[in-house]
Order: sequence, then C-alpha cells, then structure tokens
Amino acid sequence: MFRYFVQRLLVMIPTLIVISMAIFAIIQAPPGDWIETYIAELQSQGEAVDPAKIEFLRRTYGLDQPFYMQYLKWAGGLLQGDLGYSFAHSLPVNEVVGDRLSLTVVVSLASVLFVWIVSFPIAVYSAVRQYSIGDYFFTFLGYIGLATPSFLIALILLYLANVYFGISIGGLMDPQYMNAPWSWAKFQSILSHLWIPVLVIGLPGTAGMIRRLRANLLDELNKQYVVTGRAKGLPPGRLLVKYPLRISLNPFIADIGSLLPELISGSVIVSVVMSLPLTGPMLLDALRSQDMYLAGSFLMFMAFLTVIGVFISDILLAVLDPRIRLGAGASK
Amino acid sequence: MNERTTPHGAQASLPPLPHYVSPAPFDPYSIERTTPEQEKIYLASQWKLMALKFKRHRIAVLSAIVLGIMYAAVLVVEFLAPYHQDTRNVQHIYVPPQPVHLFHKGELIGPFVYALDYKLDMTNLKRTFTENPEKPLKLRFLCRGDEYKWWGLIPGDLHLVCPPEGGPMFLLGSDRLGRDMLSRILYGMRISLTIGIVGVAVSIVLGISLGGLAGYYGGWVDDIVQRVIEVVRSIPHLPLWLALAAILPVTWSPLLIYFGITIILGLIDWTGLARAVRSRLLSLREEDFCVAAQLMGASPNRIIFRHLMPSFMSHLIASATLAIPNMILGETALSFLGLGIRPPITSWGVLLNEAQNINVVVLYPWLMLPIVPVIIVVLAFNFMGDGLRDAADPYR
Repeated sequence: MFRYFVQRLLVMIPTLIVISMAIFAIIQAPPGDWIETYIAELQSQGEAVDPAKIEFLRRTYGLDQPFYMQYLKWAGGLLQGDLGYSFAHSLPVNEVVGDRLSLTVVVSLASVLFVWIVSFPIAVYSAVRQYSIGDYFFTFLGYIGLATPSFLIALILLYLANVYFGISIGGLMDPQYMNAPWSWAKFQSILSHLWIPVLVIGLPGTAGMIRRLRANLLDELNKQYVVTGRAKGLPPGRLLVKYPLRISLNPFIADIGSLLPELISGSVIVSVVMSLPLTGPMLLDALRSQDMYLAGSFLMFMAFLTVIGVFISDILLAVLDPRIRLGAGASK
Repeated sequence: MNERTTPHGAQASLPPLPHYVSPAPFDPYSIERTTPEQEKIYLASQWKLMALKFKRHRIAVLSAIVLGIMYAAVLVVEFLAPYHQDTRNVQHIYVPPQPVHLFHKGELIGPFVYALDYKLDMTNLKRTFTENPEKPLKLRFLCRGDEYKWWGLIPGDLHLVCPPEGGPMFLLGSDRLGRDMLSRILYGMRISLTIGIVGVAVSIVLGISLGGLAGYYGGWVDDIVQRVIEVVRSIPHLPLWLALAAILPVTWSPLLIYFGITIILGLIDWTGLARAVRSRLLSLREEDFCVAAQLMGASPNRIIFRHLMPSFMSHLIASATLAIPNMILGETALSFLGLGIRPPITSWGVLLNEAQNINVVVLYPWLMLPIVPVIIVVLAFNFMGDGLRDAADPYR
C-alpha cells in the first residue's frame, strides 16, 4: 500500500511539470504581450510613451528574455509560492488573488459534498425502485440538469432568491462583510449565500452521478448472488447494503477525478454570471488583457486542484479495492 | 443401435415398451432449423442488428427524427426565417412576443397578428407595446421579403412567412436593435448545430489515430499517449477553452474564428474517444482473426482499418453522438462569456450573451428564448446517443 502511495505521488510530478509547460505555452501564445497593450492604451489616451520606461518595464518583468527563461523563472517562483506579478493590477499575484483561491476551494468542496449527499439516496432509490414514478421523475430531472446550461439556472435562481428570500444579488456575502475580518456573522452570511452557487455548480455533476450509480447498482442487483441471498431469506435492506451497494460505490470515489474539473469549469461560468469573488471572473479579465502571470497562475491552480483530486480518488480506490492496490487493475 | 431408436418394422415383433415412444419419424436436425424470422436476425449484418435494436428504443427514435428535422431546417434557414438576421426595426425595440390569432371578432380570417400601439412610459422610460384589437394584419405565406444570399452564395428573397403589410411581426419578440428573435434563433441554429458536427469530426480523427496508435502498438507509444491524455484531462475544460479562445487573434474574420472555435472544442474533447478506441484495440488485437491477418502478412494499416475498425465502429459512433451535446454547450458557454463566436455571426450562445444580466430576466425574459432549442438539441442528442450505445452493445 505504501509502495503504491509513493509510486502514485511520484507520477504526479511529471504530470504537473507537463501541465505547467502547456499552460505557460498557452498564455504566452497570443501575439504581443501586456506591455504592447499598455503602450496602445497610453497612446490612445494621448500620452507620450517614454522608450526608456518601456525598456525598463520589459527588463523588470523579464519579457525581453527568451521563452524558456521566462518559463523557468515562472515555474521556479511557483515552487516557492510566488505566483508572479500582475501587470494590470501592478501588484504581486498573491496579493491580487487574496481570498479568491481559498473561496474557490471552499465552493468546490461544498459542491462535491452536495453532489454526493444528493445523488446517493436518489440513485439508490431509482435503482431499487426501477421504473417507478419516482425513478422516472428523477431520471427526467437528471436529463434536464444535464441539458440546461448552468448560467441560465444561475440567472433564474438569483432572481428567485432575491424576490422570495431577499438575498442580495451576486457576491458570496452581504456587502457590509465584504472587507470585514472573519467573524461568526460573516460566516453565516457566506453560508446563506453559498447554497445558490453550490446548487448551480453541482447540478450537472449530480445528474451524471445519479445516472452512473443507478446503472452500476442495477447491474449488480441483477447478479446471481443477489438472487441467492434473496432466496435464502436475507432481509432486503441488508441484502442491498451488504454487497451490491458497496461494489457500486466505486464510481463514487473514482469520479472525484472527473467531477472536480467539471465543477471547476462550472464554477468559472457561474461565478462570472453571479459575480462571485472566485477565480472565474478574474481569470476571464486576465485572459482578455493578456495579464499572463495572473491567468497562468489561475489555470495552474485549477489544474493542481484537479490533479490532487485524482490523486486522492486513486488512493481511496486503492484502499477500497485490493485489485488496484496489488497492481492487477493496471493492465486494464 | 438398439430397437428403441428404430421403432419401425421391429416394433411388431417386440413386446411393447414400458414407456411412451412417439411414432413420428425422428429428425435430428429439427433443433437447428430456424423460422424465417430467426433466420433474418441470424443472418443480419451487424449494422442491421443495430438498426433493429435502435428501433425498439422509442425516445431515441423520436430524438433522431427531431434532430433530422432540425438539420434539414439548417439547409434552408433563409427561407424559413421571416426576416434577415440583421434586419433592424428601429421603431420596434424590445417588443414582447406577439401571439398569432385565427379569429377576429368571432370571424375566421386565417392566421394574423394585431397591429402594435407604442407608448413610452414617462415615469420609468419603459417602452410598452399594446395590441390594437381593431387592426388585424394578415400574415403572408410564400412571399417576397428581405433579400438574402442562400449560404452566402445564391441570392433570393422568397420566405415561408412574411410580416404582414403595414406592420411588423415578432412571433418571439425583438431585441435591443429591433431584430426579430425568431429569425435570429433560426440563423443561430445553423452555427450552433454545425459546430458540434465539425468539432466531433476533429475529435474523431484525433481520437482514432492517437488511440489507434496507442492501442495497436502498446509499449512506449501507449505510455506517451496515455500521459498526454492524462494531462489534457486534468486541466478543467472551460478555463482551457477560454485560454485557447483568447489566443485567436482579434484580426481574424468571424468565419475563421468559427473554425478556430470548432478546432479548439475538438482538440480537448478527443481524449474520451481515444481512450475508448485504445481499450477496444488492446482487447481486439489478441483475437484470433487479428493474429491470422498478421501471420498472412497484412500491414498494420490494413489490420487496423480493415479488420479492427469495423468491430468497434458502432461503439465509436455512439460515443461521438454523446460528445456532440458537450460541444454545443461548450460553444454556448464560450460565446456567452464573449470569448467564442463573434457577433456578425450568430449562434445561440451569441444570442444568450445579450441575456447576461438580471435586468433581462426581469424586463425582457423573451431574450432568454434561445435556451429552449439548446435544451431540446442537447436532450435529443443524449437520448439518441443512449439509444445508439445500447444498440451497439452486443451483450444485451
């Protein structure tokens, strides 16, 4: 088990290195750089551009160096927790992003929990009572959840929440807590605002999870050992929980890997619509204004979160399933 | 041989058997003989079997019909739309959807709309349009209206429905420039529906070639492809799409941007298909027929495309069908955020970009109508894909 753990941990390193290269290549790819955007902006305002200042800016930010040097500098900084410098805000990225990264983690984790808590009982119910009215109802709801773009649900829920519950539109907390230090009241305010984004972000994931878990459980329920158990007179509840449910739980854990990128993607668009202080709106701005270190750090952070998620799900799977732990599953 | 298997002739001389023996002649092949219906199934090709199974899945068939109609409509969008997508009616901004009536004062005069009276509410500066029940305006059918170029090539001006003379017709309302939403949704359908197809084509090509390489050769080729897939999958799609879409130069024409977006969508989506192809190939290449082909000296190309491909093509088509709705939703999301298709070209995402803020939900809810076709198309593709997948699965 320990061996597997270390092995899995070591595999993560090259993956992260390649991801960081890919991300750096992508944020570097647009023609021109931020300095050029800046010059154009100054010129459009009729201000004179001092070539010496431009030269100075380029040198300080390392924009005059070749591509690989810039990358090494950026990646080296990342390792030490230095996310680079945001041109648009003229501040280190660390200070610009502030609470956003931690709030993103909070919202993502809350969404994962939401997906699990909601989809588990529904999927079990749908599988056990297959083709009942409830099953059809949830299946239909699931399809709607898969097919409706999340931003639309976000807009409608925002409107409804404001009309019926009087929650202020947008944001993750009431305005008076915006810059206030952490307190119990602020925490409560966040909680009361959190449910809408969590609901919206989690909905497609929940729909997919219900579908997969239901299908797995149905496969398992039709196997012969279940029939045998029933024939021997095991109580239905025990018969369900003892084996079929445990086996069909695998996707629940294996899916953290694919669930997290989905949730983070969802959070980007939802946070833009609802103007939440998450990474989404800032990433969009950074991409538009070619603020490359800011954008790169956000992308890297999201990818990192996902890689960690996959890692955790692999470890949990290994704990749960001896076949994977002992290497038999690797050939699949 | 004893007397029991040859009942004729010998029967008379022997004492009757203690149990019943049928006197009918024994036919050893009776079990193997098949009815014509069975024969049809046994002899059917794989594709025929799939079709037979697919037909039993009613929702999937219905979805296929809906999609068929929509794609047929894509061909003649200009004819179906009452206006051109860019026609502005400056007098009629933010008109709510007009209902079509049949009876005017209890009298049947065919489909018509009432003329609109415009009033500016001076307290909140809101434009209000009210129907004038005295002035029915009959719709015209198969008539000459806005000029267009069919697929940008053949000029024409024939429309299925035209606005009545002496008044506008906004069956689904109009937007902030007084453009007809119905026409814009129809024009947007062309872009939104084709983007999924082109994108999936890109991802199928990538998926088959890379997945095929990995699955057939195995070893280090497999390792590299696997790592690449892992890397692509561990970056969340939407941020990556956004970053790639931001690369597209501003100077590109909208049409180039359109192709750029489809390629971006396909570039990220191929991993799922590649994985499916790879795992199928890994198991198939151990089969006897593949070894036989190898021993007879067939080239890898021939083995992959001639012998292995047909065995998992059906499965691949099903996966591709399920990938299309993701692309449509992806394009909608990108355009909604303003990094996708750009305005002169209209897609459903571009239309929804106008419905971005809460004002629209409250004041002009009909601007959110493009969401309805998005949901219908995505649902239809999902149902059809499910049906195809079930039909392609030989173990059910």
